[in-house]
Amino acid sequence: MTQLKLPKLAGLGALATLALCLPALAQDAAAPVAEAAAEVATIDTGDTSWMLVSTILVILMTIPGLALFYGGLVRAKNILSVLSQVFVTFCMIALLWVAYGYSLAFGGSGEGGLVAYIGDFSNLFLGAVTPDSVSGTIPELVFVVFQLTFAAITAGLIVGGIAERMKFGAVLLFLAIWYTFSYLPIAHMVWSGPGLFFGMGALDFAGGTVVHINSGVAALVAAIVLGPRTGFLKEPIPPHNLTFTFIGACLLWVGWFGFNAGSALAANGLSAQAFLNTITAPAAAGLAWALAEKFTRGHASLLGAASGAVAGLVAITPAAGFAGTFGAIVLGAVAGVVCLWAVVTLKPMLKYDDSLDVFGIHGIGGIVGAIGTGIVAAPSLGGLGAADYNMAGQLGTQVLAVVVAIVWSAVVALVAMLIVKAVFGGARVSESAESDGLDISSHGEHAYNN
Amino acid sequence: MKLVIAIIKPSRLEEVRQALNSLDVHGMTVTEVKGYGRQKGHSEIYRGTEYAVHFLPKLKIEIAVDDAQSDAIVSAIRESAQTGRIGDGKIFVLDLLAVTRIRTGETGAAAL
Repeated sequence: MTQLKLPKLAGLGALATLALCLPALAQDAAAPVAEAAAEVATIDTGDTSWMLVSTILVILMTIPGLALFYGGLVRAKNILSVLSQVFVTFCMIALLWVAYGYSLAFGGSGEGGLVAYIGDFSNLFLGAVTPDSVSGTIPELVFVVFQLTFAAITAGLIVGGIAERMKFGAVLLFLAIWYTFSYLPIAHMVWSGPGLFFGMGALDFAGGTVVHINSGVAALVAAIVLGPRTGFLKEPIPPHNLTFTFIGACLLWVGWFGFNAGSALAANGLSAQAFLNTITAPAAAGLAWALAEKFTRGHASLLGAASGAVAGLVAITPAAGFAGTFGAIVLGAVAGVVCLWAVVTLKPMLKYDDSLDVFGIHGIGGIVGAIGTGIVAAPSLGGLGAADYNMAGQLGTQVLAVVVAIVWSAVVALVAMLIVKAVFGGARVSESAESDGLDISSHGEHAYNN
Repeated sequence: MKLVIAIIKPSRLEEVRQALNSLDVHGMTVTEVKGYGRQKGHSEIYRGTEYAVHFLPKLKIEIAVDDAQSDAIVSAIRESAQTGRIGDGKIFVLDLLAVTRIRTGETGAAAL
């Protein structure tokens, strides 16, 4: 990478950005059968293998990575409910993605109408995709399932904000509504060719806005509407098994290589840079959080180091394919400190019960990352640049995308919560159910029988 | 007969067990408990939320003994469980009305 001149790097960055929109274009160019042979020839088996592996890695991030990360942070009487919410959400979103999600997120073409905001129904149940369909250098089906895992983990993240007090059915309905009206449009706007922010040149390599800001804000709104857990701020609600949280955090980190490096959609130098950034940024962030904690609180905790690493991973997500090595380290370190502040100072100040800090780490980390991407992409800072890059303009675009995503996700989350409250006669479980624990009251199960 | 109940620091269990063995006491029941007396708890911090933990882990040892042995046993427990720091625990002695060995049906002193 260091041997390439900067203009070539910028060109590569532009190509990568372009590659992200090829799937949308590929559907317009639905080749007739006669050209199928020529299309098959353009599949690169190396790229395809890597993308299949990346997809598996992202699945592991959700099940069991995220599930355990969250599970260990709640009380023993609620662990199975958290695992269930993440797991069943994964199953649900997987099917909804195939049913209409892919079509709405990556469908649509041309201009006019609503295509800047959402795709269409041309690909319901993947009707327009066959095993021979190609997207860039990989089979389109691979792209479909890769993106499926992104949608699933984004919805799963929100579980952290509503943990330990929400009805199971209400969780699923809320996430289904939010996914449909917030995840799909924002994914479309940022990642699809005709999308509003894609057209503006907003840079989001693997989902700082689409995944992290989107889910972080939704979790915050849901947590506020739902109300805090009984006993919040009055009695201790410590994690019951930080060992699980540790295992989950490590699975998240390892899986994140699929998330970030896989978003290069190819096995090449760009994915390698994204891969490297996915080590350096969280390493810097974990250290930064641990150090800051040591100086402000007296101890560097395991939960702090792990949370810091996750914050760094969140922040580097939009920047993974745009930041140079040094930029990634700086971005990670900044995210580590800012997210620590958000969790330790901002949350108690505002008194919201975002049980597992989805907003503090994913929301704030995503904002730091999305805006930071505009800075670290600068070729003058070792970044990979982008088409027509200039920092001021890029920052403006990044901020605009961030603000729209925040407002959009917040409004959808609010409306979804109100719908769910009406449908279920209240989204919270009863006081006695909450006190007994959701494992037994919602699922009829007991995690630890010895 | 007496029931001796001792609340001790968990780290002293092995010393207490050996001290009781040397007095020919070969049975006891141990329970994990939480409690506090004059020993203050500690605070734990998880992601910036600080909790004051008042209750400390302790062990409760229960032994059924002969009246004659009771004083010696209390002394033995006291010496072996002691660290000299606050939180060492307490020993209670209660009157025990009846004892039965389940396997054989023996009662009274023979069942101790």
